Amino acid sequence: MDESTVMSIAGIGAAIAAIAAAIGIGKIGGAAMEAIARQPEAAGKIQTAMIIAAALIEGVALFAVVVALIG
Amino acid sequence: MIHRFQNIFFILFFIFGISTQIFGSEDVQEKKGVDVNAIVFEHIADNHSWHLWDVRDDDGIKHAVAFPLPIILVSTSPFAFDVFWSSEFHHGETPVTRGDNTYVLNHGTIYYAQNTQGDLEYDEQGEIISAKPIDISITKNVFTMLLVSGLMFWLFVAVAKAYKRRSGIAPRGVQGFMEPIILFVRDEIAIPNIGHKKYKIFLPYLLTAFFFIWFLNLIGLVPFFPGSANVTGNIATTAVLAMFTLIITNVYANKEYWRHVFAMPGMPAWLLPIMIIVEIISIFTKPFALAVRLFANITAGHIIVLSLVSLIFIFESLSVAPVSFLFVLFMDVLEVFVATLQAFIFTMLSALFIGMAVAEEH
Repeated sequence: MDESTVMSIAGIGAAIAAIAAAIGIGKIGGAAMEAIARQPEAAGKIQTAMIIAAALIEGVALFAVVVALIG
Repeated sequence: MIHRFQNIFFILFFIFGISTQIFGSEDVQEKKGVDVNAIVFEHIADNHSWHLWDVRDDDGIKHAVAFPLPIILVSTSPFAFDVFWSSEFHHGETPVTRGDNTYVLNHGTIYYAQNTQGDLEYDEQGEIISAKPIDISITKNVFTMLLVSGLMFWLFVAVAKAYKRRSGIAPRGVQGFMEPIILFVRDEIAIPNIGHKKYKIFLPYLLTAFFFIWFLNLIGLVPFFPGSANVTGNIATTAVLAMFTLIITNVYANKEYWRHVFAMPGMPAWLLPIMIIVEIISIFTKPFALAVRLFANITAGHIIVLSLVSLIFIFESLSVAPVSFLFVLFMDVLEVFVATLQAFIFTMLSALFIGMAVAEEH
């Protein structure tokens, strides 16, 4: 397998990780919006929890990107 | 039913058709005059000297304007401790001899050379297999870490002195700026995760980790000296920080924690062997995830910014500059947010793990 094929397939792997992360964070964002709409006074706590969950998901997505880059 | 899929098949064949053309034309890389990969990885990797900029002299030869840093090499048998400026390597062109040892700098790594001309051992594939000395040089990353440590020391000693002088009255100046942040770490990160009784033991570590990572992330975003060193984007740095969390978590863990690892209550006996292995692995994967999360976030951000700036050099036209500038500005603002967020996440997850380790039984 030559260099460009390997890089292209690594790119596809990283793109799949990006899709998965985007779906996950989108769901969290949507749920957070709904929760804030139901109870606006809890907006601060919900926002903090949303950011934490988003960062954890992004961590997993970046694992995949690192593997795609190095492997 | 088939005609519903016809559109999709058409599009897929179109994409595959074009992509084979791209795969076929592999010489596109060579036609470009700019090797983006090399530029990007050179800015992300650590370096033994601090390269500032290049000047071209009248012959068109590029000379690098760089800032030399001390190189410290230790050999064990026979014992040798050599310190010299990195400028003696002349960016890897000349070998350096000290006593019996000759050192050669090849692509960022220092090797022992066979003779004073600087020959290295190669194997059949052309890979270098010479031995390496123990390299504890002050590289770009080490210099930046020392700089940030000095900055933090100076800053927080000033804040502490301000508290002593102005006890009881409203804070001002740098003390007033730091106070909400320190209180945030204490009230939102330490106390909710570790609890009222024990948070004081771990608060110094959490505050240090937060500010160290935050300042290092921010200094990596500044494009000129003394910034531009990619410290937290180096897996060694983040691994050591995660190792601190691992050591603190396991040293201060109480019996409840170890009981949960080795003999989880409520677990049928035949599952225990597997669960013990899983639990022991999970002791190590949690800090590993901390290290990789920080490293990947920061490195990815730097790669994106550097690639967007390299767009100007790839297209070799000034009209790309405004577009590239706007993209880079947007990415840099996002990176500042990511810098703060990653410092917060690292500290919060460390506090969470410590809290789980010292939790009382309820």
